[in-house]
Amino acid sequence: MTTLLVKEKDIVVPGQQLATGLDYVPGMGTYREGEYIFAARVGFLQIEGRMLKLIPLAGRYLPKRNDLIIARVIDVSMSYWRLDINSAYSAMLNIKDATSDYVPKGADLTQMLTFGEYIVTKIINVTPQFLIDLTMKDPGLRKLPEGRMLSVSSVKVPRIIGKKGSMVSMIKNATNCQIVVGQNGWIWLYGNDPVKELIACKAIAKIDAEAHTSGLTERIKTFLEKETGAPVEIPREIESMEYEG
Amino acid sequence: MVYAKRIDGRDWTELRPMSAKVGVIDNAHGSATFSMGKTVAFAAVYGPRELYPKFLQDPKKGLLRCHYNMMPFSGAGERVRPGPSRRSREISLVMANALLPVMDMTQFPNAVVDVFVEFTQTDAGSRCAGICAAALALADAGLTMKDLVTAVAVGKIDDKFVVDLNYEEDSYKEAEAADVPVAVLPNSGKISLLQMDGIIEPEELPKLLELAREATKKIYEVQKKALLKKFEVDVS
Repeated sequence: MTTLLVKEKDIVVPGQQLATGLDYVPGMGTYREGEYIFAARVGFLQIEGRMLKLIPLAGRYLPKRNDLIIARVIDVSMSYWRLDINSAYSAMLNIKDATSDYVPKGADLTQMLTFGEYIVTKIINVTPQFLIDLTMKDPGLRKLPEGRMLSVSSVKVPRIIGKKGSMVSMIKNATNCQIVVGQNGWIWLYGNDPVKELIACKAIAKIDAEAHTSGLTERIKTFLEKETGAPVEIPREIESMEYEG
Repeated sequence: MVYAKRIDGRDWTELRPMSAKVGVIDNAHGSATFSMGKTVAFAAVYGPRELYPKFLQDPKKGLLRCHYNMMPFSGAGERVRPGPSRRSREISLVMANALLPVMDMTQFPNAVVDVFVEFTQTDAGSRCAGICAAALALADAGLTMKDLVTAVAVGKIDDKFVVDLNYEEDSYKEAEAADVPVAVLPNSGKISLLQMDGIIEPEELPKLLELAREATKKIYEVQKKALLKKFEVDVS
């Protein structure tokens, strides 16, 4: 006898029973014990066929290979920089992954990147012990100039980017701001008009607070229209990547 | 028959009024407050984050570190001396041990999850209220947990079994009194903390544990409600 004990899109708490019987399969954020499937964290229930899966609502960033993130330089050594990536572990950027230029032995690396500077970067490797290597060699990866840094929970980043970047593009178009969203929850934002820059910040804060609700894109559209006083379009198919300014 | 009626007029198995709120400290990765009568606990979770001093790092699993602290003005009479004491170190340890069975620390090698539990008011049962608050804060921090943890003190005063002792009962002088703090994992019914102060007969313990299991069911409902409330967003 298989029964689902909660509804799809319900918010569940750790240890809550989600289903009994063997017809459902435990997915991300859930586990099976005997006849029951339990929730293993606070999350938002999604059912994909027979799979029960939890979309996390909170949690720190866990680094993954190929993630585009924003990182801050915390240490400079002979041949690498150490960076804070808003996670439990710091990451390493080697000279050979930072530039194709020739850097003589013993060069002062602070000339290229120094303490407190932010970069857009990509994770090229994560070991099981969380030694993390970064690269700056892909297009769009760069040192970030002046601007505003925002911090949101990393689990909400997919909502801020939206489907194929639709949400962040909508904010960019409506407020004329450059925005870079890192998977680690750090967001860089720069606008020529401080008023519009503030509207973009507020829009991001709104997405952060309402990330697990439905109809969010529409509400952000209405919010942007009200704040900027101009019509806003929801972009459909976006080809450009989210890290382009 | 010295103890014929509870000092604060409650039923023998009645809990003090409880309240809980999740997300009370913005700076923390997860936080919660839990109060049980006049005992008020605030828990803040930071982490997983880098663990220092480095010799504590374990490459196989992360560390769960609890810090129990009563604020200087939190007691009933004398000022509580600030800073760690023998008592607070012990309670920090048993709290961490009570929470560990539900956590999966192998996800965070070399890292630490810090749980700070502060008490603004205490009226006995502080380690239990602290565990309830800490479990909520850990869940709020988005950590993987098999279950929540609930805790309550049960005990025996004279010949009566009581649930959720307050300070007057905890330090009852006119008859023999014992208190037994118990932490229960609400779904499996397993026990992750069991201490005792006082004297009871061996055959009385199962009866007390049964009372604790019943009581923690009510606490679990309060915890669950508080967690869900955090994610209720008014979108209008």
